Amino acid sequence: MQRAIITVVGKDTIGIIAGVCTYLAQNRINILDISQTIVQGYFNMMMIVDVTTTQKSFGEISEELAVLGKEQIGVQIKCQKEEIFDLMHRI
Amino acid sequence: MINFSEVRQTNEMIEKENLDVRTITMGISLLDCIDSDLTVLGQKVYDKIHKSAYDLVRVGEEISRDYGIPIVNKRISVTPIALIGGSACRCPEDFAQIARVLDRAAHDVGVNFLGGYSALVSKGMTESDRMLIRSIPQALSETELVCSSVNVGSTKAGIDMDAVRLMGSIIKETAERTADRGSIGCAKLVVFCNAPDDNPFMAGAFHGVTEADRILNIGVSGPGVVKKALESVRGSDFETLCETVKKTAFKVTRVGQLVAKEASRRLGVPFGIIDLSLAPTPAVGDSVADILCEMGLEYAGAPGTTAALALLNDQVKKGGVMASSYVGGLSGAFIPVSEDQGMINAVNAGCLTLEKLEAMTSVCSVGLDMIAIPGDTKDTTIAGIIADEMAIGMINQKTTAVRLIPVIGKDVGDEVEFGGLLGYAPIMPVSAFGCEGFVNRKGRIPAPVHSFKN
Repeated sequence: MQRAIITVVGKDTIGIIAGVCTYLAQNRINILDISQTIVQGYFNMMMIVDVTTTQKSFGEISEELAVLGKEQIGVQIKCQKEEIFDLMHRI
Repeated sequence: MINFSEVRQTNEMIEKENLDVRTITMGISLLDCIDSDLTVLGQKVYDKIHKSAYDLVRVGEEISRDYGIPIVNKRISVTPIALIGGSACRCPEDFAQIARVLDRAAHDVGVNFLGGYSALVSKGMTESDRMLIRSIPQALSETELVCSSVNVGSTKAGIDMDAVRLMGSIIKETAERTADRGSIGCAKLVVFCNAPDDNPFMAGAFHGVTEADRILNIGVSGPGVVKKALESVRGSDFETLCETVKKTAFKVTRVGQLVAKEASRRLGVPFGIIDLSLAPTPAVGDSVADILCEMGLEYAGAPGTTAALALLNDQVKKGGVMASSYVGGLSGAFIPVSEDQGMINAVNAGCLTLEKLEAMTSVCSVGLDMIAIPGDTKDTTIAGIIADEMAIGMINQKTTAVRLIPVIGKDVGDEVEFGGLLGYAPIMPVSAFGCEGFVNRKGRIPAPVHSFKN
């Protein structure tokens, strides 16, 4: 399994989760875990996803998500491979 | 499983605190390019570099995108050119021709800098070493990306004072040849004692003869991350302070380890070392001096600075060695003046002098780095400063370096602008007292008594 972390940060609005999840479904990316909060009107979401089954390269996914966030939803979306967090926070 | 706050912490380090991988440096051995015909040698050198590092920049950018971590520089280090050009070069101009080949190769593969226009002369100079050193002013004025270093001393061999004296003049000549650009040639020239073979950082990187054919060395940085972590322990005792630095250094080094492993796998080149060096940049919040201030100093250079820097350097190493099994010898903190806004502020406030910086270099990673001095400083004075710094390295069994920039046409009170990562610097005063009688003596300073360890 190849896992990645998607983080979404920005001003809360209608359809953020729907937008991200639709994109993931269309690209055959399975969501393993979601946590989401709103702090002072700001939307914060983290998703753990499995990118093993997608047809696209990781680079394409991460770029398309960033564009989707910026141009259609109005939030910042980052998609990073999981290892950077694992290595930094686990011995 | 990773939780939200850990993800946020990592991304805040990257986005707000300037955590980055400072450099992926590919070391390339040019020993198999040696030829007695200068044109053939040049062609072989170009081909080897081009073939080896063709994918370096692309792979660096891919890794950066996959993990969301900036990789600021992609660089190359090569075998010291004095060894490579020896049989083909008949005069300094011949060596300068190799420098132009290196510059062209560096431009063509898209790297930021190429280091290794170097000579290792800690005990004496061969004719080829001497020619290379004499060609440095020309080479650095005619090229853009080539960096040069000369190792003039070591704990095992002592200090070659003939080379020190020569470098005093060479630095001055390099400054003069690039006078129209703020004497920037000198920013690409370092004099070393105990130079490591696997340094990923410029301008002192070269690929030592003890290394494999190709190797990847990684430099990680993040003074802003340490500064931010220390903000949360204001007023705490030293144990808490040390623990905080150590934990932060661990996290930062792990990122370097990940990038190193990935780059090594994707390029098919073995991984050498990770150097965790708190290397500042002119950007606000990316300063080593600010860490010292956060520890409780009014400015870098105030009494207590050497102790604070010693503590910082040691804790960074301790955190780093836990995070990776192959940590480079330079890990610690760099204290370049022009590249660090906090250092510049300290100089402007009259708190930081050349003499205090010299004391600080006895406990930090490298040495007198990126210090602008008056353009009319005498060659022998520069040689004297080099000799002092080399002595600190030789006696303390550590790497020390000197990267001074005598800015032609400028004096104390002026400023010089280098641009980009090199920053800008106020011209610092240099002692006006002479040392000609000492540095003009011929020969070398013998190795210290603790070198007899066999």
